[in-house]
Amino acid sequence: MSDVNIVTLIGVALLLVGFYGALSRPNVIKMIVGFAIADTGVNMIIVAVGYLPGRTAPILDSAADAAGAAARMVDPIPQALVLTAIVIGLAVTALMLSFAVRMRRSGGGMAIDSYGEQKW
Amino acid sequence: MMKKLLLLAAIALLAFALWPFVRDVGLAEPGELATAYLERGPAELGTANVVTSIVVSYRGFDTLGEVTVLFTATAGVGGLLARRKSGHGKKKAAERGATDASEILKTASRLLSPLLVLFGVYIFLHGHLTPGGGFQGGVVIATAVLIGLLADPEAGLAHGVMHVVEGLSGFAYVALGAVGLWFTGVQAGFLDPRFLPLGELGRLASAGAIPIIYSLVGLKVGAELTGILDAMKEDAE
Repeated sequence: MSDVNIVTLIGVALLLVGFYGALSRPNVIKMIVGFAIADTGVNMIIVAVGYLPGRTAPILDSAADAAGAAARMVDPIPQALVLTAIVIGLAVTALMLSFAVRMRRSGGGMAIDSYGEQKW
Repeated sequence: MMKKLLLLAAIALLAFALWPFVRDVGLAEPGELATAYLERGPAELGTANVVTSIVVSYRGFDTLGEVTVLFTATAGVGGLLARRKSGHGKKKAAERGATDASEILKTASRLLSPLLVLFGVYIFLHGHLTPGGGFQGGVVIATAVLIGLLADPEAGLAHGVMHVVEGLSGFAYVALGAVGLWFTGVQAGFLDPRFLPLGELGRLASAGAIPIIYSLVGLKVGAELTGILDAMKEDAE
């Protein structure tokens, strides 16, 4: 257990909690909250994949100059990916919430079970 | 009951699949590509922040796609929460029985909104030097608008100005990318920022066109997220 990465552990836990919430709750808003939690968990896992103990952020400054950059910095690619994933997650959450508002206004309830006739 | 069991089984399976991540992650050296970015990014593009050089230039095309996804999501939100004609069918807050925002919130929003806009602009202008960039700066600008909307929901946003800002910054982003295609010489590519002088590493005016491109992204993201907030606010009325 000594080599367990605590950030990925929390990330995986959040991902599982989020998926469980999204799949088990009947309330649409709670499903969206579940997706948002799972989103955070995925982002934590991706950032942790590129992390190395004892290294600095991939930004050149007095702590790490250009010469030894690659040996002293963490992997920048997962960070660039998560940078985009966070913004997309925000936009997708907003879109899901708009769907929830629209469903509510068109007369349906907030429970996903009341939309059974739209299954295929 | 059966559903619950199946669900728990699925979650357990997912946990099993993700277990290697928990155990082994974070010990591998950066791969060849990451090492190349770390070593060549600052020298080739003059950016102190390697993440920015990846997001804006090396993987700039992906970022253009991301901006497109964000635009599509914003358009979807706007389409789902159809905006009513202003002044028509709109009730005043008092008629809906809503209470005014408190004095503290109003005063704080007047104080904080300009500072937040300034901070957002700082973040996206310094995207190539410090942690931050267009997306983060744009989100900070949207929070300034959010505070304003919380304090005074009646205040109308200048929709025309926002649409112009969003459209023009998106257009200029693609146009600058195309300029990079034409003017950089042999190794030119789309979104190559080196048609402007690279300058000295660590200065504000460095890294070619990267600060300009990231500022345009920041303006576009700020305008789009403000649009989402506004669509949701209009819908509540």
